[in-house]
Order: sequence, then structure tokens, then C-alpha cells
Amino acid sequence: MSDMIATDQLFTNEEQRTLLALVGAVIPANAEYGTPSADDPDIAADILATARPYHATVANALQQVESIAAEQYATAYADLDAETRARLASDLSRSRFAGLGTLVTITAQCYYRDDRVMRSLGMEPRSPYPDGFDVPQGDWSLLDPVRRRGKIYKDP
Amino acid sequence: MTDAVDVLIVGAGASGAAVAWSLAETRMRIVCLEQGDWMNPAEYPSAGRDWEARAYSDMSISPNRRKRETDYPVNDANSPISVANFNAVGGSTILYAGHFPRFHPSDFRVKTLDGVADDWPIDYRTLEPYYAENDRMMGVSGLAGDPAYPPKESVMPPVPLGKAGQAIAKGFNKLGWHWWPSDTAIATETYDGRDRCINLGACGSGCAQGAKASTDITYWPHAVRAGVEVRTRCRVREITTNGDGMASGVVYYDQDGVEQFQAAEVVIVACNGVGTPRLLLNSTSGRFPSGIANSSGLVGKNLMFHPYASVQGIFDTPLDGYRGPGVCIWSQEFYETDRNRGFVRGYTYEINRGRGPVATALTGMFSGRIPYGEGHHAAYRQLFNRIAGMVGICEDLPEEHNTVTLDPDLTDSHGIPAPKIDYTLSENSRRMLDHAVARATEVLTAAGAKDVIIEAPIGVGGWHLMGTARMGTDPERSVVNEWGRAHDVKNLFIVDGSIFVTSAGVNPTRTIQSLALYIADSMKKRLANLFD
Repeated sequence: MSDMIATDQLFTNEEQRTLLALVGAVIPANAEYGTPSADDPDIAADILATARPYHATVANALQQVESIAAEQYATAYADLDAETRARLASDLSRSRFAGLGTLVTITAQCYYRDDRVMRSLGMEPRSPYPDGFDVPQGDWSLLDPVRRRGKIYKDP
Repeated sequence: MTDAVDVLIVGAGASGAAVAWSLAETRMRIVCLEQGDWMNPAEYPSAGRDWEARAYSDMSISPNRRKRETDYPVNDANSPISVANFNAVGGSTILYAGHFPRFHPSDFRVKTLDGVADDWPIDYRTLEPYYAENDRMMGVSGLAGDPAYPPKESVMPPVPLGKAGQAIAKGFNKLGWHWWPSDTAIATETYDGRDRCINLGACGSGCAQGAKASTDITYWPHAVRAGVEVRTRCRVREITTNGDGMASGVVYYDQDGVEQFQAAEVVIVACNGVGTPRLLLNSTSGRFPSGIANSSGLVGKNLMFHPYASVQGIFDTPLDGYRGPGVCIWSQEFYETDRNRGFVRGYTYEINRGRGPVATALTGMFSGRIPYGEGHHAAYRQLFNRIAGMVGICEDLPEEHNTVTLDPDLTDSHGIPAPKIDYTLSENSRRMLDHAVARATEVLTAAGAKDVIIEAPIGVGGWHLMGTARMGTDPERSVVNEWGRAHDVKNLFIVDGSIFVTSAGVNPTRTIQSLALYIADSMKKRLANLFD
């Protein structure tokens, strides 16, 4: 993780610390499903890169998260336990906290395209094109009662 | 100044492509100015791992979020529904879902049948041959025999029912309600140089396979081969007029940002229900101080969206999820007016197959169904591949206070005033949305859904832009006549959704294109006395 932090110059170290603490609390690792947390180095690097165009919005949100952590708990957000971090992020999201929605959206975008996460969901870790997917035709005899009912349109 | 052309078309989207192709057989010199680019399907999102993320950025349906160089901003702060579009060769067909219903015969007679709005000056029978021609050009998949429509043929077999379509079809059957495979502008077989659908599931971000019928790969290759010239990155500022009050050409900014004038014998506007009134209102002169073709004062008025009600069911069993075209089946059980419902006119249900992993997460987290923290993964798996539902596409009746005007401050990158939207939902629309939500909940419950997620209206759902330069026979109550010619300017035509008199309760593209073909045919039949 330290390599990733050192190579990204847009977010300050303080901002990155808050950001990673937040996304890791929103989507933690899960042993049952074998999935990493969103602050996993690869996913976090993706989040930081994807968030670059939205830096001002995200940085402002992170600053406000820190302000509330200091006000309510007299400590840095990243030093709170995971449960408190998740609850605080959830409460702020519900109050339509500016910028946090953007960060959560980016987090979901990056997390759910990670190879490990996709495999855990039974997906092949690939783009849809060029191989596409199979979809069953289904049972077209289900149309029989619709046909039997007959015309339903008006013809003025 | 460049040499005068016979026909100048502004906009290379759904209608501009159709009218260009149809007129090409006249061997007139035809030029189309398009502010966007030719798209490269290999660069569409479904060719990359970030395919869902790009629907929130450079391939967003919102020009205000997308902010491509080729976009113009839209001030839609005073509307519960924001504008969706795309600017490129192909226009918004690049991003549309390819849901491709026709209007119904009753849609052209709402005044006669229901005493609201106005009848169209043409009818279903007038458009029927043009619907058929457009179906061949776009390559429409579907199943003949839909009892909600007069007989019509299908070019290719329908898209698959899939698990989602089958589950929801059973729900409709339990209630005895209509459903049918959707007509789609998606090739289910190889067709006219296009490959068949392979269920990429990302139709709304451009089809990398080329199965979805965007006009850059349907009409335009034929039109270009027939001699039509398309100039991209050319943004038109205004239509100019001469001393006789006829359109003389357009002023535009070329790809280098240099102001140009293109003279033309005929000008055809095909910029959609927001872009067209914007251009007309920006085209002022001593003779047309309130905008060209606006003696009626109706340019920019009667804006119609389709208010959308989204009702998504959560099922216990895995469905199609991210696989397959979003379009699937439709229901028109509540299409025709039944005053016992508390509103006039009606709506179509368009069944949605499912959503991708990112959209599932965001739906769950922002609706409170997926918590932050420890419970995230278990809750996510209760939704992944288990969401399927429908949208109700509600007919929006014309009201003059719903408008497109010019924003006094906001401009595009060339300094051209941007459009401003002022729109409110009518009481009729609200009741229709409520009805659509309630009935959709019933059918999803009958289909086995254990919970539903509701959004009505869909705030980002301004896909369909109609009514702002309406068609009619009375110059005081309409902008163009019954074959698309401006009442005030006899060599100015409009062919996009702005000429709609009413909106119907279906996606408009098939009718927009059929109207464009009809208008082109009307012009061809009158070439000797087109300006009389």
C-alpha cells in the first residue's frame, strides 16, 4: 500500500489515509467469500486513479469526514474502529453528504471489476466484448394465453 | 463561404440519417453538419473492464456529466427530469437501448378519442409504409402477431426471453395481462453488414459488437456511399435568411473553431426536441426577431419527456443479471385510455433484464439494502443477478408551460447560448406514474419478487425529447405543416422529435425515423414545386 500512496501525487498523504480508511470500512474483506477489502492495494490504486477527475469533490468530502470524526470522537477518522467508521460513513451518506456519494460510487466501480471479486461472484474476470454471454431463449409457449385473448388495441 | 449545396442537414442522429439516405436518390448535393464525431465501436465501454464505470463518465447519458468537447450544456435545474442525449454521428442512437415500438393508431387521435391535446395531421396508415421501410433499414427484431398492434412483420427473430423475461412473463400470465417480445433495433442474426447480438449487456453505452442499430452503422454507410457528405465537429450557430424570408444557409464553427457559412437551397433541422428549438431560437433576424419559424410563438413550447416509473423486483433465484440486451419483453395492458384509472392515455411497460455488478452494488447501497461494513457481502449476494423489473413509459401530454428557451448566461464552448429547460409533471402524469408503480408491483409480486425498488419519475430519464416545434395544419397552432415544412419559411424543414404533436406512451425513435422518411418522400414528390 505504501508504494501506491507514494506514486499518487494528487491526493495528499492525509487525504489518502482518510480515503483508504473509509473505503475499507464501507467494503471490508470477507473470509467466507474470499474477497479483499476495498482498501486492498490493487483496488485502492484503482480508486485513487479513478477519483482523480473528482479530486476537489472527494477531497472536500474527506475533509468533512475528518471534521466530524474530530468533533464526535476527538480523533482522526482512520484511528476509529472499523464498525464506527462504517457507521459514520453510512450516516453521512444517508444525509446526502456532498462528495461521499461520488467516492462510494467510485469505490463500487473499482471493487466490482477486481479479478478476485468477480471470480468470487462466479464471473469470468473479463470485459463483455468480444466473447459475450449466453442467454437462454426461454419458453415461448408462455405466449399462448396472450394470443388466445386477441386484439387489445383501438383502431379509430 | 463554400459553394451552395442543394440540401443542408443539421444533425446526423436518428432522423438526420434517415432523411439523408432517402433524399440521396435524388442525386442532389447533400451535406450534413454534425457537431460530434464518428464513433469507434472498438472503444465502446463493453470492450473494457471499466464498462459500467464509463456509463457514469465519458459515456454518460447526461451531457452535463459527460462533458465531451462535442457536447453542449443543458440547464435543466428547473425540471424533475434531466435531459439525456449523445452528440455524434448516430446521435442518441449510440446510447439508446434499442427498444423500438411503433406508435399505435390511437396515438394520432388523442383529441378525438380523449378530448385532450390535439390530433396529428397524419395518421398511422400514413406512416405505416415508412415504418416498414425504416424497419428494414434499421433491422428490427421481434415477433409478428402482437395483439396490441395492427399486423406488422418482423425482420429478425426476437431477442431471447432469458430467465428474467420468462419469470416476469409468468407474472403477467397469472394476472391475465398482455405481454409480448419487444420489437428491438438489435440484430439477432447477421444483417446488412452487422453482426448478431452476443448479449454483451451494455447496450446503453454503445454496442461494440455492432448488433444494435445506431444510425452510424445503418443508414449512414448507405447514405455516404450514395454521395451524402458528413462534416463532423461542425456546430451550427444559426440559420440565416435572405431578403425573401427564405433560409439561405447556416453559420457554423468548423473542427478548428473557425466560423463558416454554408449556403443551401434547403435546410433540414434534425437536432432533437431540445437542440432544434435551441437552433431556431438562436436564429434571429429583423424578419424573425423571436427566432426563425416562430410566428406562432410555439418554438420551444410543449416540451414532452416520457415520465418513467421504475419498479425493480428482487427475486430469490438467479436471473440474467449482467447478461443480454436490457430490452426483453413489453406489456401494453394499460396503453389505451380507461377513465376509471383516473387519468387519460396510458403507458408501456418495458421489462428490464437485470444489471451489472457495479449497478447492483450502487442500487443496494443507495437504497439502504446493502449496508456499509460487515454485512455488505451477504446483502450484496442477495441482490446480485436477482434484480429484474420494468419501467413504465408514460405518455406525456403537451403543455405550453413546459419549455426549451435560451439560457441568459450559460453557453457552449463556442459561446452559443445553451438551452434552458422549464418543466413540471402534470397531474395526469403523476396519476399515471402512481398507477404504473402499483400495477408493476402486482405483476412482480405475481412473478415471485419478494421486494421492489421504486423510482418514479426517473430523475435522469429525459431520453425522449419531443413537441417543441409541433406539426399541424394551422400556422397559428403549429410550427411545421403536415409534411414537415416550416409554415413561415418554405425551404426549411424539421424532421426530429420536436415535430411530435403528442408523445404516445412508447419510445419515439422508430416514429421519428419513419416521420423523417415520410417527410423526405413528401419532398421528393414535390421537387418541382417544393417552395410553393
